[in-house]
Amino acid sequence: MAFDMYLVIFLIFGALCIAGALNLLLQRHPINSALSLIVVMTSLAVLYLLLGAEFLAAAQVIVYSGAIMVLFTFVIMLLNAGEEERTRGSRAAYLVGFPGVAALLGLLTYIFLSVRMPLGNAQLGGGTLVTTSDLSRVLFRDLLLPFEVTSILILVAILGAVALARKEES
Amino acid sequence: MHLACILPEVILTLAGVLIMLVDPLLPRTASRKPTGWFSVLAMVAAFAASAWQLHLAPGTAYYGVVQTDAFSVFFHLLICGTVLVALLAAIDSVRPEAHDMGEFFALILLGTVGMLLMTSAVELLLVFIGLEISSISTYILAGFRRRSGKSIEASIKYFLLGSFATAFFLYGIALTFGATGTTRIAAIAAALPHTTTPILAWTAVGLILIGLGFKVSAAPFHVWTPDVYEGAPSPVVALMSTAPKAAAFAVLLRIFYGAYPSIQQHWWSLFWVLAAVSMTLGNLAALRQQSVKRMLAYSSIAHAGYLLVAFTSFSLQGIAAASFYALCYVAMNVGIFAVISHVGGYDDHLWSITDYRGLAYRSPVLCGAMAFFLLSLIGIPFTGGFFAKFYVFSAALQQGMFGLAIIGLINSGIAAFYYLRLLTALYSKPAQGSPVLAVPRMSITLGLAILLSASATLLLGVVPRSSLDLAQRGAGTLFQTGHPAQAAVQVVNDAPSQ
Repeated sequence: MAFDMYLVIFLIFGALCIAGALNLLLQRHPINSALSLIVVMTSLAVLYLLLGAEFLAAAQVIVYSGAIMVLFTFVIMLLNAGEEERTRGSRAAYLVGFPGVAALLGLLTYIFLSVRMPLGNAQLGGGTLVTTSDLSRVLFRDLLLPFEVTSILILVAILGAVALARKEES
Repeated sequence: MHLACILPEVILTLAGVLIMLVDPLLPRTASRKPTGWFSVLAMVAAFAASAWQLHLAPGTAYYGVVQTDAFSVFFHLLICGTVLVALLAAIDSVRPEAHDMGEFFALILLGTVGMLLMTSAVELLLVFIGLEISSISTYILAGFRRRSGKSIEASIKYFLLGSFATAFFLYGIALTFGATGTTRIAAIAAALPHTTTPILAWTAVGLILIGLGFKVSAAPFHVWTPDVYEGAPSPVVALMSTAPKAAAFAVLLRIFYGAYPSIQQHWWSLFWVLAAVSMTLGNLAALRQQSVKRMLAYSSIAHAGYLLVAFTSFSLQGIAAASFYALCYVAMNVGIFAVISHVGGYDDHLWSITDYRGLAYRSPVLCGAMAFFLLSLIGIPFTGGFFAKFYVFSAALQQGMFGLAIIGLINSGIAAFYYLRLLTALYSKPAQGSPVLAVPRMSITLGLAILLSASATLLLGVVPRSSLDLAQRGAGTLFQTGHPAQAAVQVVNDAPSQ
């Protein structure tokens, strides 16, 4: 009954992941949101593990749950963000937004439930993407150009941050 | 061979990085205009490199990630030409004392790299990265007028809604991978008929359409457009209302005709609805606008609708008509925004239709150019706009889409009304007692920008043959990428005759 165990683990960590994501949005204090993000990242790592991507799972824990989250909490503490101003929200969001989100969630849930069985044995890249060398073959050969072009993406983002944050001389 | 396939992108990346390296070395008080001239030069080089790519044998590079063919070259030329005009219009429109213009031009060049990659990518991950590069650079450019609250509001709105849309697109890619096990467009087309989870593929189609619908501002995903166009500096609007949209349309064409032809019966009706709603909503809302930029924003929504009409026709003519419409649309739209960025000024001190009254008496040449672009937007013969509409609607009629063609024709009539309202304002005497605001002298670069876009609009309306031929060649290569596509075309084309 190995399949059932996988399913149980998937359900537990999938639910944990969604709960963490919801908590991240609902918390009022930024530090609580940052801590919920750690829950999301770690549960995602477990899901990667279930899909047979060990390297990705390890990288997820080290890079996201570790390094990036430390950076996040540092920034929040340095900025010392105070209490935010509360508003009642727009009526349009209540009237259209919530039913819209509920409908989309319902639709996706229905779709995923109706094709549950085939999704049970989904595998990343046909099951060949397991070791570090497999991963590097994909990263540095098959997807070399997208990988390199990502540097332009990051460059543009840095450039924009500098351009928008710079003090304007008068 | 590999480098030749991405030569225009390489040229623009190097130029953008070079500008960023040189900019801090210039004295603080020095004018940043030379960086603008340098980016114009780089764009001309990229245009030439794209034209040269036409002589390469069509093929893929970097392990099948990018593809050089007539379709990608057509959109490369279109985007490079448009950005060139937008750059020329920007050089003299922005404040001469600005110190951040080096970043402005570098962002435009790097953003163009993203757009070019979108049109030549045949791997959805690269499409996504290209889309993000082009989107992020336009979010920043929209907020470049930092002292204006409207500009910052535009930038933030555009950023939030745009990121939201990109998430939809990315989710669509993930579900496509779930259904077919691949993200290569040709491989998706091959795997799709045998997928065990077709419902995932249908959901993916819907999500991708939502994501790209935002990017091309098709209704009902259009709400950001008027606010962003109103708040962003006009030279930036000249860029972002044209080139990134054309790139997004190229992606739509490539994904839907290249990867999803076998489930065409499921998606054509989505395009039908999007086209009808975009045309009608865009034109009706444009009727009520007082601001020229807002009116043109709604008109661009309507034009996205006309273009989407071509998607309902599943044929070579449909793809060629969509590509040709994109070309005509960018030519006239970049032109009219080049005029507006000069008349309205960088700070938009002339913004309403009333402000434009009597422009003919103050600046007859500029006014003549603006009138010509307006006539083309209406779709008067001897302008690009006429042939663009003609080909789109004839492609729709060929497939028996009479209802959509009728909706489109009625909309063209409604559209003529508000374009003519601005046109008559241009040529009527200014209202009594209203202060006459002087329009500064036109600079050479702006004149060049307007001349380029006006002659392109005129040539597309008088001798559309050569560009239409290239569009048709491009359409042909799009159908060749996946063999199931051709089979599906046969089925669809044979169906009505039986």
